[in-house]
Amino acid sequence: MVASPVESEVKEVVQQAIEKHGKSPDALIPVLSEINRALGYVPAEAIREVKRQIHNPAERTFAAESQLYGLVSFYDMLSTQPRGRHVIKFCENAPCHVVGGKAIWDALRETLQLKNGETTPDKKWTLVTTSCIGLCSVGPVLLVDDDMYGNVTVEQIPDILERYE
Amino acid sequence: MAFYRSHVLVCVDPECLAKGAHDVVDAMQDELVAQGLLDEIQVLETSRIGGCSDGPEMMVYPEGVHYVGMTADDIPYLVEEHFLKGRIVEKFREVTKVVVDEELGPLRPKEVRVVLRNCGEIDPMNIEDYLAVDGYQALGKVIGGMTPEQVIDEVTKSGLRGRGGAGFPAGRKWGLTRQVEDSPKYMVCNADEGDPGAFMNRRVLEGDPHSVIEGMIIGAYATGASFGYIYCRAEYPLAVETLNLALTQAREFGFLGKNILGTDFNFDLEVRVGAGAFVCGEETALMASIMGMRGEPRPRPPFPSVQGVWGKPTNNNNVETYANVPQIILNGADWYASMGTERSKGTKTFAVGGNVAKPGLIEVPMGITLREIIFDVAGGIKDGRQFKAVQTGGPMGGCLTEKHLDLPLDYEALSQAGSMMGSGGLVVMDENSCMVDIARFFMDFTQAESCGKCVPCRIGTRRILELLQKMCDGKGQPGDIEKLEELCHEVAKNSLCGLGQGAPNPVLSTLAHFRHEYEAHVYEKRCPAKVCRPLIRYEIEESCTGCMVCARNCPVEAISGERRQQHVIDQNICIRCGICMQVCNFNSVAVES
Repeated sequence: MVASPVESEVKEVVQQAIEKHGKSPDALIPVLSEINRALGYVPAEAIREVKRQIHNPAERTFAAESQLYGLVSFYDMLSTQPRGRHVIKFCENAPCHVVGGKAIWDALRETLQLKNGETTPDKKWTLVTTSCIGLCSVGPVLLVDDDMYGNVTVEQIPDILERYE
Repeated sequence: MAFYRSHVLVCVDPECLAKGAHDVVDAMQDELVAQGLLDEIQVLETSRIGGCSDGPEMMVYPEGVHYVGMTADDIPYLVEEHFLKGRIVEKFREVTKVVVDEELGPLRPKEVRVVLRNCGEIDPMNIEDYLAVDGYQALGKVIGGMTPEQVIDEVTKSGLRGRGGAGFPAGRKWGLTRQVEDSPKYMVCNADEGDPGAFMNRRVLEGDPHSVIEGMIIGAYATGASFGYIYCRAEYPLAVETLNLALTQAREFGFLGKNILGTDFNFDLEVRVGAGAFVCGEETALMASIMGMRGEPRPRPPFPSVQGVWGKPTNNNNVETYANVPQIILNGADWYASMGTERSKGTKTFAVGGNVAKPGLIEVPMGITLREIIFDVAGGIKDGRQFKAVQTGGPMGGCLTEKHLDLPLDYEALSQAGSMMGSGGLVVMDENSCMVDIARFFMDFTQAESCGKCVPCRIGTRRILELLQKMCDGKGQPGDIEKLEELCHEVAKNSLCGLGQGAPNPVLSTLAHFRHEYEAHVYEKRCPAKVCRPLIRYEIEESCTGCMVCARNCPVEAISGERRQQHVIDQNICIRCGICMQVCNFNSVAVES
């Protein structure tokens, strides 16, 4: 059977991640993080592929699909679902909350018509909350991909969103 | 010399140039000529102003206004508005205001910096800068002339206690790891600072990584460890990058690796990056995560000093604890112990956030009062409002009130008051904060972060959250407060790790100090702070000028009224979003409960 481009891409990404981090037990989280970075999430095929490439009792390297899925579902930064082209991470923690974060969060959800964790139908935006990113002195804070925005006001939200294709 | 009333600095760094900075400069010159302003306003080319990611950027002095994303086409409008009419053009102003050093400005009143002394003072990317401020001298002193026992004695005598929150004496912990006869031994640095509002460790890792590394090497020498991990959370990408660079440089200089400083002492370090799990700040969960497992805690004993990473003796301290160590070795235990209270020595960093005038990172001697921190160091409550409460110790800590403001801060004083030191986050709340909402908010956090391994925490936190949500929604029933209290005690008593044991603290402490607010929610269906949406209503007062701004902005068209007549909100349609209040220019919208 000829592999579809997606399958071959997954295979390559997994292979590169394993080459970089190795096959030992403590490499699993770095490997999965690497895959998540490359593909935007960890698809089920990637989990199967990691298992296929690592699990080899003869060489004493082990990985089970359930264990890998357990890791992906446990850690917030790993996702089992595809995400949009841009991910908005909103800091929903107390220091940002008390300086007006709630209004920002409401405005984001209303503007994008998304709930926490959802992706727009055009696959442009995914909206999620994030744990504290430590920029509390300029709260409320949000991240679009890796860009940080501090002291955000409701009026600025359209301007911020407009910057992304 | 010519006198200019304004100076315009345009960034001409490569990034800004690539985005057309020169066109902006040219357009600016042309426009100034056209408007006859050339001898009033000077245009200068300069290097980096901001991040350049939104270039071209410019700064206008004396106002200090930072414009970003300028194009040549924007210039005529800008010159007309800003330089002819004197109006700042909001739409060109930067929205990114993340300037790292805003957090940590010049020394504030009552501050003493030990851990933060180099942050912002030296280049963290260059080990030679650290060496120039006596860096790695403590390591030299230790390896050159102290036995491991002497090092442990010195740290014990200094009174340094774990800055991660539990406050276990660092010297004693080192001694425990040293005693265990097993090898190899590991050093772990907990850099998984997850408490919302606490970012002191991030600042140290980004600003002075070598102080942490040096502290760990000294600890390795004392405990007999040969390898170590710095477990840093993934939310801090810059800290991870800085640490990795610092480790490479420390290896090049012979402070890490084989035969450190020409002796037979070997020790090396690796950075491990988390993947987003708050519970990994708990030491046994952290170690599980280092070993590639889900970050779930396990019961102790055995303590990590006996069985930690890979089942071997492991010493675990946090960033701030390690960063104190070189200074203690260099200046002596007596110097360190001269600061602080009877049982808590030295200094502590606090991240002050919330409704204070000057939020940010501070370092003060133990024993200082909350009042001094909030009012003297952090400039008091923002906008002249009233102090209501301060949450210490993060989501597992408690809310303290006016009557606690004069407590001398140390580990014991805080736990006696029903809170804890935690990693040092202080969230200050003013009169506009609803304590039931705040408790719900923290519970929402711990509920989401519960790893799910033990039942009291997994299910208990969810039930607590549901009760609080009910109250905030105005659906609380008689008996709910008592049920809430009982549930909190059960969860605190029966949970496996600190997360579950501490989770009820925000509820219990707000119940203790603000019970009347809970009662108002449940019995009177009223939110005294006017925060909980289902319990409030917006009303337009007589001062309304009928400008219609609120009616135009109302997303559900709940506002009606003729021009120049007082408007009215239809309470049945209103969704209580508060937009009308925000947009009203005449303060005519009031919130009632």
